[in-house]
Amino acid sequence: MSELEIQAAVPRRTNVAGRRRPSLAEVLAALLALFLLTAAIAPRLLAPGDPLAIDPLSAFQAPSVAHWFGTDESGRDIYTRVIDGARDSLVIGVTATLIGLGLGVVLGTIAGTLGAAVDFTVNRFLEVLFAFPGLLLALLFILVFGPGPATAIVAVGLSTAPGYARIIRAQLIRVRSSAFVEAATVQGLSGRRILTRHVLPNTLSPLLVLGTLGIGQAIVWAAALSYLGLGAQPPAAEWGAMLSAGRTYITSAWWMSFYPGLFIVLTAVCATYIGRAIERRMRHA
Amino acid sequence: MAEPLTQRPTPIRPRARTRDRLGAVLRRLAGAVFVLWAVATLTFFAVRLIPGDPAQAILGGPGSQTSPEALAAVRAEYGLDQPIWVQYLQQLGRLATGDLGRSYGLNQDVGPLVLAQLGGTLVLAVTSLAVAWVLALTLATWSTGRGRLARRIGSGLEIVAAALPHFWLATVLIVLFSVWLGVLPPISTSDARGLVLPVLTLAVPLAGFLGQVMRESLLTALESPFVLSARARGESERGVFWRHALRHAALPAISLSGWAFGSLISGAVVVETIFARPGLGRTLLTAVTVRDVPVVVGVVMVVAVAYILMTIATDVASRIADPRPRTEAGR
Repeated sequence: MSELEIQAAVPRRTNVAGRRRPSLAEVLAALLALFLLTAAIAPRLLAPGDPLAIDPLSAFQAPSVAHWFGTDESGRDIYTRVIDGARDSLVIGVTATLIGLGLGVVLGTIAGTLGAAVDFTVNRFLEVLFAFPGLLLALLFILVFGPGPATAIVAVGLSTAPGYARIIRAQLIRVRSSAFVEAATVQGLSGRRILTRHVLPNTLSPLLVLGTLGIGQAIVWAAALSYLGLGAQPPAAEWGAMLSAGRTYITSAWWMSFYPGLFIVLTAVCATYIGRAIERRMRHA
Repeated sequence: MAEPLTQRPTPIRPRARTRDRLGAVLRRLAGAVFVLWAVATLTFFAVRLIPGDPAQAILGGPGSQTSPEALAAVRAEYGLDQPIWVQYLQQLGRLATGDLGRSYGLNQDVGPLVLAQLGGTLVLAVTSLAVAWVLALTLATWSTGRGRLARRIGSGLEIVAAALPHFWLATVLIVLFSVWLGVLPPISTSDARGLVLPVLTLAVPLAGFLGQVMRESLLTALESPFVLSARARGESERGVFWRHALRHAALPAISLSGWAFGSLISGAVVVETIFARPGLGRTLLTAVTVRDVPVVVGVVMVVAVAYILMTIATDVASRIADPRPRTEAGR
């Protein structure tokens, strides 16, 4: 092997920028994400049938070649419904994450920029919110505003917000005390310019990672609310609602609950792998 | 330029240290009382936002036929005819004496009702936390020091475990162990066998979260100077691992246990409903569904108290596991 060939061979593992080749799991996660996005945007492409078509004669059929994931109590095809539910579930997950991140950014930025007194107040407020762990804040919200798909989304967003706020505040403080901000101060830039041009962009760059990692959890939580009968209601093909409908039949028709749940798990795992891959790239960039 | 390099740290007198420690405890308690007050205030005003007349809700909801006299009687009984700040102060006063009010629907005082349900949920949560710790530690210790493949497999298992929704895992476990194998009851009975599936449902996802954190800190610990110096002192590999690295690795997981407890309580809402297990979670869900406000508020207050106690306990535990003195900033 000549020297040139060796040199050409080396960067294949870690290329010039020092980037690692994506792992098998990351490639699989990317393919799965592509599949889920296709299902959300053009469900008929992957499942040409009608998700609401009732066929009482073929009710409760186990998974087979004709019905990959089996059929439900009205003979509707579970595979078609799961594919059809991708849009609702993804939209719910993304919206809830955006609400949570948005509130988190506002609270975190207020705490990190407006001085010690405000920081103290916001921190106490966050501490209070943390005393309503997990679903509790969401359930309180649903108690006040009544159950329903929209309330469930806001409720999930709201209950993830304190966590995001805390991370963003910590990041803001870390960036503010870093060397390049000091350099900007020494150069005589105004406080506002330093904040908008230097501190905020560097604080908000991890949001993409946080958001991607959060989507999986938001979908799981929103589905939990639907499952408990407080979110999307059963005729809808949303995954949590489908699971809830299958609850009555778990002893006889396990596939009604299994496949919608499997897709929730796959989506969450996929979001985690992709979020981590982005994080690694940003760290090395 | 080179002035305070030789400055000696001020020696801390033992007495001053005790006083500091007492101050820290007092601050901690004051913080806990503040959070409880804020939780009570927040829930009080949040509940006021519910549309409709509370007196009507007490008498059976908007659809029921109620006479004006009955409404007036209920308003007087529950103090709803008072100005809102009087109601607020009355509520705070009642809460301070441990009185959580009366359920709208169950014709029962909320305090005893919630206390009766608390035990079942605590047993479930504490057992699950312990099982999750064991699972996470086993996986983390197995997968470190065995090469990249083992690490990838371990990390993959944790990511999948952490993504498992409680309601789905419970369903899968019921189908597997109750319907197909028939070895465990699908409905929670009072004996230990009935506890297995609910505990597994709660523990496996939690173990996924804890394991990720443990493995990361275990790897950092194994590469850190104190492990090197332990090796230099002639400590055996096993001793290094168990006595030094593992203790270090447990620290972030200990401080996560407060959060974990919170997530177990929300998990209990789902798990208790699926396994028909009496407990706080199921009580809370039923109360939210029928809008029994005092019960919801009562459960929320009890969970807040439990959560605060839990965070204090994790604080103490991490101080014991990591006796290095800490500064206010380095926490």
